[in-house]
Amino acid sequence: MKDAKVIELDEVAIRFSGDSGDGMQLTGTLFSDATALLGNDISTFPDYPSEIRAPQGTVGGVSGFQVQFGQKQINTPGDYAHVLIAMNPAAVKANAKFMKPGGTIIYDSDAFNEKNLNKANFKTDDPFGECNLDDYFKIPVPISSLTKEGLKDFGLDNKSVLRSKNMFALGLVCWMFNRPLDYIEEFIKNKFAKKPVVVESNVKVLHDGYNYGMNMQHMTPSYLVNPANIEKGTYRNINGNHATAWGLLAAAEKSGLELFLGSYPITPATDILSALSERKDLGVKTFQAEDEIAGITSAIGASFAGDLAVTTTSGPGLALKSEAIGLAVMAELPLVIVNVQRGGPSTGLPTKTEQSDLMQALYGRNGESPVVVLAASTPSDCFWYAFKAAKIALERMVPVLLLTDGFLGNGSEPWRIPKMSELPSITPRVAKDAGSFQAYKRDSENLAREWAFPGMAGFEHRIGGLEKNETGTVSHDPDNHQKNTEIREEKVQRVVDMVPDLETCGDDEGDVLVVAWGGTYGHMISTVRELRKEGKNVSLAHFNYIKPLPKNTADVFSKFKKIIVCELNLGQFASYLRDKMPQFEYHQNNKVKGLPFTVNELKQSVYKLLED
Amino acid sequence: MTDLKYTIKDFKSENEVRWCPGCGDYAIMNAVQRTMAGMGIPREKFAVISGIGCSSRFPYYMSTFGFHTIHGRAAAVASGVKAANPDLSVWVITGDGDAMAIGGNHFIHLIRRNMDLNLVLFNNRIYGLTKGQYSPTSDRGVKTKTSPFGTVEDPFVPGQLVIGARGTFFARSIDSNIKLSQEVFDGAAKHKGTSVVEVLQNCVIFNNGIHNAITDPNHRADRQLILEHGKPMLFGEENEKGIIFDKGKLKVAKVGENGVTRDDVLVHDANEPDPTIHMALINMQLPDFPVAFGVIRSVSAPVYDVEMEAQIKTVQQTRKIKNVDELLSSGNTWEVTTENGLTGKDCSKFEFK
Ligand SMILES: Cc1ncc(C[n+]2csc(CCOP(=O)(O)OP(=O)(O)O)c2C)c(N)n1
Ligand code: SF4
Repeated sequence: MKDAKVIELDEVAIRFSGDSGDGMQLTGTLFSDATALLGNDISTFPDYPSEIRAPQGTVGGVSGFQVQFGQKQINTPGDYAHVLIAMNPAAVKANAKFMKPGGTIIYDSDAFNEKNLNKANFKTDDPFGECNLDDYFKIPVPISSLTKEGLKDFGLDNKSVLRSKNMFALGLVCWMFNRPLDYIEEFIKNKFAKKPVVVESNVKVLHDGYNYGMNMQHMTPSYLVNPANIEKGTYRNINGNHATAWGLLAAAEKSGLELFLGSYPITPATDILSALSERKDLGVKTFQAEDEIAGITSAIGASFAGDLAVTTTSGPGLALKSEAIGLAVMAELPLVIVNVQRGGPSTGLPTKTEQSDLMQALYGRNGESPVVVLAASTPSDCFWYAFKAAKIALERMVPVLLLTDGFLGNGSEPWRIPKMSELPSITPRVAKDAGSFQAYKRDSENLAREWAFPGMAGFEHRIGGLEKNETGTVSHDPDNHQKNTEIREEKVQRVVDMVPDLETCGDDEGDVLVVAWGGTYGHMISTVRELRKEGKNVSLAHFNYIKPLPKNTADVFSKFKKIIVCELNLGQFASYLRDKMPQFEYHQNNKVKGLPFTVNELKQSVYKLLED
Repeated sequence: MTDLKYTIKDFKSENEVRWCPGCGDYAIMNAVQRTMAGMGIPREKFAVISGIGCSSRFPYYMSTFGFHTIHGRAAAVASGVKAANPDLSVWVITGDGDAMAIGGNHFIHLIRRNMDLNLVLFNNRIYGLTKGQYSPTSDRGVKTKTSPFGTVEDPFVPGQLVIGARGTFFARSIDSNIKLSQEVFDGAAKHKGTSVVEVLQNCVIFNNGIHNAITDPNHRADRQLILEHGKPMLFGEENEKGIIFDKGKLKVAKVGENGVTRDDVLVHDANEPDPTIHMALINMQLPDFPVAFGVIRSVSAPVYDVEMEAQIKTVQQTRKIKNVDELLSSGNTWEVTTENGLTGKDCSKFEFK
């Protein structure tokens, strides 16, 4: 071992990249899970094309998976990768801009032939030179042919053989980063339990890759990343969509209600539907509807009938649900609407992340149609915000719209598993006294009406989309409409008593307050920490509660000389803040590339503000 | 439950009914209320869900649980109600515009799923509430405010959509015939699966008399075939005419003429799974045929809400996870036993209020 160059790092980002058929998402996920199991903190970012079968070998068909892990807290998947695993030339082209200067590129040299170079539109036979990657550490590994060689006695056809070349790459990377293979082997055995040949061949190739690394160690740097220091407890790796699904399950159990999900598949929200469909064991009713409208209206029906009702979607699907959200507002029924945002407008960038549905969430309906709007900020806290969304909906008889995004939904991180007993109670406003029940009689404090559903004798009543008076009778009285419009808005505003105060990360006062919301949290906190380490007087105010805003918001804002609102859109939250709190000046940093922020670009924008 | 003694009054709400005087909706509601009163089901177990249209005002006039929703979506809302609580008797009230136009997608999918609920389609072949535009069941060439020169499109025949979507129950009635409507609703209520009842309804304001050719008392016997399961398809003043099968098609024949005997007349089998004859009956129209009424099709098939409940029960018996704690700690987890200062992700710690 004495030849080995061992590089010790606090944190390292690896990007697996290849053709969408190369299995890079699985490779990345397996590596991340194995890494998290070793006690590193991680953050992942799958980045895949929207076409399932974009032409093979082209830049459009490149599928990537980045994971950052470390012995300290990891908040982002990393702006740039230390190590790139490139299964073909297109992967090099697509990822050159995401490489850390001086990083390492491991590539399948077999795939760097004329045909593939052409497909990736390289003009010369020097793809690295063309991408300005000359001074990077490059490790050519004939992955395809080594995989073929390793499997020659298995009697497999060429296609099946090449399908396992990702395992070679995975084995090699595991060696580089000192990850044991047992977790991955276990996974392969379970996944292909019914196909022993597939198990054997994949395990063989995995080990071949690992051994190759070991044997070639004189030329390959090996990295050492020690386990992270994290809070005691039981951990698991979780992505945002699973966390959302599980938060809803937790809310159903806490509230003693059955969970109903009406949904229609759409990227990147579909995984919530899948995850809940898996949970028949917990009694979940999932209804794959004929479209988004049926998704939400079936949920509204289930809510009318007394279930914890949820609908999940992404941007274009939310647009279709608008009319029905209005119905839930008018009927004052509890409903959780999850929108996993993606690039828009229209079908936009289906597999990329964006925060541009905020205005749609707040205002995208006919009439004065207020709903509570929340936004989760990390993959794992999707659990908490989904739970909270359900709690607010059930206790206040109001639709709650939860915003996550593609970055959170697909990204993952280790999560300390809570005990159900640690979670707060949820008390749905189920009507108790038939004698005094009236459909629109309200609680004087929080303005919520009571919930009575079919089957409850003596509570028979009619609701619907038409304006009603207090007894539930249809009313066209102008004053009644004015009054009820105000009440519906006020009811949402009073949810503020369930909203924790806004806290700043950093000092309570200073030169610059960085303001952000939702899924950008990881990048924001990393940025502000780095700036503070540099001695800059900068703090972060990150919002999870958008409507209503935390009640001390203006107070927090007033203590800073400058405010900059950073979001992945053209300034929707900034506009909202200008509307709600016009007394402050808001600078903006906006990005709409379908990509998360990078810490570096965020820092630049703050430097500029500090100089001005 | 059979000792429940309801009368029609028990199903009328205090709300003032606001249909135009003479509107066919009154009679249909009367029949629905009579049916419900006789079902032996406690009143609180009814849920009446409607879309938008004149007919969809219906729930307000019922003293059960009611939900007046949005245009075209009643079928989807009702699906959620029934899935949430399969114990309920769920009724969908909809119009030809509501169910066939904006709600067409939900209508066919409801039927395909075979959710156990009863859908009553008020077919006045016009948009009533929006004041007289043509609807998807209006005849080609019909002149309305939005088709001043006549429409250039063909109508849907609701029953055809029902058969096309693999419907298990389809019946036809007419507003003025409360007794028939009540019988048909009763059949629909007893049917396990989606029951679609098309009721020909007269809109006195915008389409007055649209069904007159069928209802005209002077010709009714010749123009209406009231089907009954197990009975021959006879009609006419003296039951002298019958439907026979000839060269692969239905045909009207006079018993005793051209060698046609009573035995040649088709016997109605609503329970026949093969929909061919049901479809042919649905397609019969004036002037060559009488219009078919009564329960045309009633066959058994798996029911969505029942299957959904059963699947949940089976999975619960075979899977290990019984609660959320077990779920959270299932699969790949690991223990961190040494605490070293860092406490999770600071500032993202979740706080409850
Ligand atoms: C989204 C939407 N589009 C249009 C309308 C207007 N609208 C209300 S009822 C109706 C047609 C109703 O016709 P039908 O279902 O035949 O009911 P009828 O009034 O004849 O009983 C229309 C177009 C609406 N309320 N909502
Ligand atoms: S407009 Fe026609 S359908 Fe509507 S209530 Fe009047 S008569 Fe009935």
